[in-house]
Amino acid sequence: MGALKQFRLPDVGEGLTEGEILQWLVAVGDEVTVNQPLCEVETAKAAVELPSPFAGTVTALLHEAGSTVDVGAPIITIETSGEDPAADGDGGQAAPERTANLVGYGPRTTEARRRPRRTGAAVAARATAPAVRTPLLATVPDLDTKPVRHGGLEMGRAAEANALEEEATTTAAATAAPARHGTGRPRPLAKPPVRKLARDLGVDLALLTGSGPGGVITRADVAAASAAPAGASAAVSPPPSPPVSDQGEQRIPVTGVRKHTAAAMVTSAFTAPHVTEFLTVDVTRTMKLRTRLAARPEFAGVKVSPLLFVAKALLLAVRRHPMVNARWEEGTREIVVPGHVNLGIAAATPRGLLVPNVKDAERLSLPDLARALTGLTETARAGRTSPADMAGGTITITNVGVFGVDTGTPILNPGESAILAFGAVRAMPWVHKGRVVPRQVTTLALSFDHRVIDGELGSRFLADVGAVLHDPAAALAF
Amino acid sequence: MPTVPATAVADPVPGAGAPHLPRQPDLVQLLTPEGQRVEDPVYSIDPTPDELRGLYRDLVLVRRWDTEATALQRQGELGLWASLLGQEAAQVGAGHALRPDDMAFPTYREHGVAWVRGVDPLHVMSLFRGVDNGGWDPVETGFNLYTIVIPAQTLHATGYAMGVQRDGAETAVLAFFGDGATSQGEINEAMIWAASFQAPVVFFCQNNQYAISAPIERQSRVPLYQRAAGFGFPGVRVDGNDVLAVLAVTRAALAAAREGQGPTFIEAFTYRMGAHTTSDDPTRYRLADELEEWKLRDPIARLKVYLAHEGLGDADFFAGVEAEGDELAARIRSGTTSMEPPPAVSMFDAVYAEQTPPLAAQRAEFEAYQASFEGSSS
Repeated sequence: MGALKQFRLPDVGEGLTEGEILQWLVAVGDEVTVNQPLCEVETAKAAVELPSPFAGTVTALLHEAGSTVDVGAPIITIETSGEDPAADGDGGQAAPERTANLVGYGPRTTEARRRPRRTGAAVAARATAPAVRTPLLATVPDLDTKPVRHGGLEMGRAAEANALEEEATTTAAATAAPARHGTGRPRPLAKPPVRKLARDLGVDLALLTGSGPGGVITRADVAAASAAPAGASAAVSPPPSPPVSDQGEQRIPVTGVRKHTAAAMVTSAFTAPHVTEFLTVDVTRTMKLRTRLAARPEFAGVKVSPLLFVAKALLLAVRRHPMVNARWEEGTREIVVPGHVNLGIAAATPRGLLVPNVKDAERLSLPDLARALTGLTETARAGRTSPADMAGGTITITNVGVFGVDTGTPILNPGESAILAFGAVRAMPWVHKGRVVPRQVTTLALSFDHRVIDGELGSRFLADVGAVLHDPAAALAF
Repeated sequence: MPTVPATAVADPVPGAGAPHLPRQPDLVQLLTPEGQRVEDPVYSIDPTPDELRGLYRDLVLVRRWDTEATALQRQGELGLWASLLGQEAAQVGAGHALRPDDMAFPTYREHGVAWVRGVDPLHVMSLFRGVDNGGWDPVETGFNLYTIVIPAQTLHATGYAMGVQRDGAETAVLAFFGDGATSQGEINEAMIWAASFQAPVVFFCQNNQYAISAPIERQSRVPLYQRAAGFGFPGVRVDGNDVLAVLAVTRAALAAAREGQGPTFIEAFTYRMGAHTTSDDPTRYRLADELEEWKLRDPIARLKVYLAHEGLGDADFFAGVEAEGDELAARIRSGTTSMEPPPAVSMFDAVYAEQTPPLAAQRAEFEAYQASFEGSSS
């Protein structure tokens, strides 16, 4: 019978207090080996995989993917096998007591309590009962003779919240204790910026009851007191809950993919001079062809989407106009025309916008292209897109049509020279063979980098994409 | 005895520059990324089969150590880890160029040099676990303690070199630093002093292309090795992923230093395959295709190909080295996780070489303070 071990979320950066579990890479019942990745965690600094410190069987995942966990909190329980190389003679107790790892500076966990001071009575009793711990209040007299020193080795940054809490309790309870700040009453606990805010707003901190840990007065307490009618500030006891989203503005930290996307878009928009052209095209024949092809055995089990035809039309047009697939190299002042097409597909994922690409897409048959597109988007939506999947793209399609939108002016994926937006396919009145009839119509928008692609080339390219979608038979001529 | 010319000439390697750099000539290479031995007009080396196998073993073991340390950090067993992944050849090659009585001054990433100098990996692990400040003896190993401040050790190295010069010792000094360090003041001071006094110091720059997140082209308008000319000593660029070339170039530079020819600047052109430290995320500042390109220039793979092709290593040999690596990793894991925090009073012990009365008094006071807690042993 092995021992149950818990792995606590470590501080994988320096001074982090929490992390979000992006996904679990193991499930309950799985056998894991030492250093096998258990989960992916995103912190304020990085998304990293956590390797297992134990070999054994997973018995419990203690937090769901998507949840934010404090550093130091157990995240997984593993029943170790007999010869666990990581076992350190811990006796195999069910693990909550175990804190063998350095979990960093840590957040507000309760483990890092300040050790109680030894009292005279306790010292005397120690010979017979060394383990007895005296409640903190009993040590108050001792505090008078020997001031508490913050920053002692036994107190990490993590313990400070607890220390404050204890101090507050002590101060409040020990009414007989001499005032420590010479004002006859304890100085209200608040951080300097909060004190300044209170001063600016004319709020007397002494009249407030803090809602923070250990009675610390928070910014929200001060703001609430300031907002309360005059004279009522003393009654602001229960702290206001954080503002709900339907009142006032919300501030969302820009992190992760969002931050990366923002930077990439700014870079692209301000380095590559963009031009966008539009073409509205009757794609009725393509939609009919889609139905016919989907029934063919080659496409069994494959999604035959309108996007597939747009991708194919684009690849055919690139063959005619390879410069559209080129890129501008600032360092060497060169235009580089790759020998292949890595076709990027912008995908909305739970983590944000990602643009994975199909490598060497020009070589794929239509069924293979369909499979590659499906695989790409599924991988992206599952959050498993690797940086390699996103690297080396040469041209991109963004399918805004799936959101019911007609068109847009897309921004280039950095390092590429063209991006094609594909709008919704709608039944519209259209002049067909001299009569207005309902036809399946869509709008294509092509943004391109004018350093690489002139208006003529961009126009011809877009017209070719449209020609294939208007009449798929034209593909035979390409 | 080979001397170091101001500009070494070697066959340019296709694509040797990082994608964001203009193509650079003048890269000394003796073993191509494909595992082919090539000759250089200036630098030559003729290692024995045992030496070649030894270099391979060191490269693999150092990487295995590094992998384990990264995992241990992710498991909360280390406060931090600075990975050397990708830079093994630069470090192992430079380490082997040192003679026993030479002195090396590392940054905080030279685990490969530490290994070659005989430092127990656990003495490095204890530093990154926060248990001590590095447990090895710098005098005995000829390997100074890690220096976190960038690049303070280049001044220490130059001062040490001026010292051995005055002692008349036949000792050379090897100062390690990275590309980012070249943008700081201290290293320029160190190079000026070294040049002025013709001090026996070799400046060994591992250009791993990134100063944390800042790419090299934002730090220098010229290839780094060309800066040496401005200080008045030779500079040479070597393929930092080619352990043979690094060994040959560093050996020649150290020999020149011992002979009184003064300093040399070596730019080992390499790539940091991992993060700067476990605290950052390289995917935020560089593209994956750059990484993929450097994977093709892996320092270990090329030597393995060469050994296998020349019949100098068979499957048993390679499997044996792998197994040795796993044993090393297991020893590092168990040794690291069982490290106990040092007694708090030990912080007073190494402040001065000899204890001073005020410090002794502080130590006693702190000891009494510690003893005032319940459950304390004293």
